[in-house]
Amino acid sequence: MENLLQQLVNGVAWGSIYALVALGYTMVYGVLKLINFAHGEVYMVGAMTGYYTARALGFAQEPSGLGLAVVLLAAMATCAALGATIERVAYRPLRHAPRLAPLITAIGVSLLLQNAGQLLLGADPKFFPPLVASREALRFGALAVSNIQLTVLATAVVLMAGLELVVMRTRVGRAMRAVAQDADAAALMGVPVDRIIQLTFLLGSALAGAAGILVGLSNPKIDPLMGLMPGLKAFVAAVLGGIGSIPGAMLGGLLLGVVETLVAGYLSSTYRDAIAFVILIAILLYRPSGLFGAAQQEKV
Amino acid sequence: MVRTARCARWLSIGVLAAGVALGCGPRKGEGGAAAAKDPIRVGHFASLTGDTATFGQSADRGIRMAVAEVNAAGGVLGRPIEVITEDDRSVTEEARTAAQKLIQRDQVVALLGEVASSRSLAAAPEAQRAGVPMISPASTNPKVTEVGDAIFRTCFIDPFQGAVMARFAFDDLKARRVAILFDFKQDYSVGLADFFRKTFQQLGGQIVADERYTSGDIEFRAQLTTIRGANPDAIFVPGYYTEVGLIAKQARELGIRVPLLGGDGWDSEKTLEIGGAAVEGDYFSTHYAADSDDPQVAAFVKRYQEQNGQVPDAMAALGYDAARILADALARAGKTDGPALRDAIASTKDFAGVTGRITIDPSRNAVKDAVVLKIDNGRFRYHRTVSAQ
Repeated sequence: MENLLQQLVNGVAWGSIYALVALGYTMVYGVLKLINFAHGEVYMVGAMTGYYTARALGFAQEPSGLGLAVVLLAAMATCAALGATIERVAYRPLRHAPRLAPLITAIGVSLLLQNAGQLLLGADPKFFPPLVASREALRFGALAVSNIQLTVLATAVVLMAGLELVVMRTRVGRAMRAVAQDADAAALMGVPVDRIIQLTFLLGSALAGAAGILVGLSNPKIDPLMGLMPGLKAFVAAVLGGIGSIPGAMLGGLLLGVVETLVAGYLSSTYRDAIAFVILIAILLYRPSGLFGAAQQEKV
Repeated sequence: MVRTARCARWLSIGVLAAGVALGCGPRKGEGGAAAAKDPIRVGHFASLTGDTATFGQSADRGIRMAVAEVNAAGGVLGRPIEVITEDDRSVTEEARTAAQKLIQRDQVVALLGEVASSRSLAAAPEAQRAGVPMISPASTNPKVTEVGDAIFRTCFIDPFQGAVMARFAFDDLKARRVAILFDFKQDYSVGLADFFRKTFQQLGGQIVADERYTSGDIEFRAQLTTIRGANPDAIFVPGYYTEVGLIAKQARELGIRVPLLGGDGWDSEKTLEIGGAAVEGDYFSTHYAADSDDPQVAAFVKRYQEQNGQVPDAMAALGYDAARILADALARAGKTDGPALRDAIASTKDFAGVTGRITIDPSRNAVKDAVVLKIDNGRFRYHRTVSAQ
């Protein structure tokens, strides 16, 4: 029983990282109907930014809450800027092209960032500095929750709540939802569509940057190719929750994290990656709109 | 280092071409003498980058130090040795390509490498087919030298290493319940886990959990939670240092306090850097101890430190020994052709290496003692020697 609870804690902490990345996929899909395959690389850039910022500012030596906050903000800001730039440079010129063109461009941007990362930062794995000194925060019997897992969870929850607030309670959020519903109609109502799309990229990328820092804290090995697998998994999570749906991406991420952990814990870790893609296939076959997505009629 | 070697070659080709163009190329008669002064080319395929970068880098430093010493003493057969290093980025398939490049493009007389068994296994068939002798400094999986009669190694093999750690766990740590967490993707790790399991059960111990991971994984909490539930006295983690460091950290976070045990895949400064306090008090088996009081080892450690500014790990020491064994065999063979060189390496006997006396047995393996090191105050400390007999 304690083991099962522990696995659930592990799974939720792991899944919250997927959830943060999945949010970016789902938001971009919401406004553009584009799967932004470069999103996993934005997450990688977040982790790398955190690594270099921590070292440059001397936070690498001693764990401190301030260090974590600064590094987190730096990574989110850098990724926000990167996301907005990618949108401006790679996707906006293709706004009215067939849908396949931006999709292939997204794969191109992803490869560009992977290889530029290897060229500029080196292919060697780097080890993220311990910004939080690992210790046990909670214990119930054998169930141990480390302060790192708590930090990861708390940060993810705060960010997701913040996003929910922005999307549901602000004018910008309303504009985003309007663009997602019907970009042309939104434009007619005076919504600056291009700016809103850019803002969507900016927000989604900032969340991916935060996810990069969180993974650096809890699993401190980072390298230029680290975005590939989590990027795909987060995409699966977004589809699982219903792509385009923000609560869906959160739930999908958490669910995927828990399922992977249970599979690795009770079956075999060899199936861990396979299970994510089995879920993807199953969802596409039986419920293409995902858990939270409403079945939609194709617009004519 | 690789780039300089290659640049130098292109440069020399360029200079030669310019010389020919100017009409002052080597005349007939001088050609023979020039050929005799040509360096003997030896290839090294290694993981200079990637997940096990320190293995390739250390082995390369050791090899280059040995070759520099041989060349300073006049080279072999009146010719200097030139090492050409090819990076395989710690990727199994790349090791094969790297070996092919060295054999076909650079026409090397022998290959040195790899440290990781999976990568040695990927490259060995190429060396065997081309009849180019290959010496792996540190691949411990038995299958490596079984590829063919041109494949050698200068280290012990995993049936021995696995037994060493099983006995150590049973006799020294008095462990009766041990959990295993091994890397399913690496032949080294799979083999070592097998031999450990076998010996530990023969001794009367019990394997209470048998979990696996895949190289490149960063999340191990699921497997570790299962292991924690089995309540072991020790955990055997026969992986490579990157994952080992992460595993140790996550194990301690989950409240697992029992010692972790490992093999020579732990032998890298990075284990300490990544693992930090989490690997304190853990043990692993390896090929040599840098803090040994053997005068030959001490002298080697001192020279290496002067040149590279760090303590040589086992991969550096094995690289050094492998290159010296190759130079010794070249001298004894009297020529550089494959079969003669192969026979000379096969007849290596009682070679005084820094990792112990090396005799190549009929299966082309080195029979050597193993040492167990303990991680103590952020350093590797010699704990005990386990004899090969």
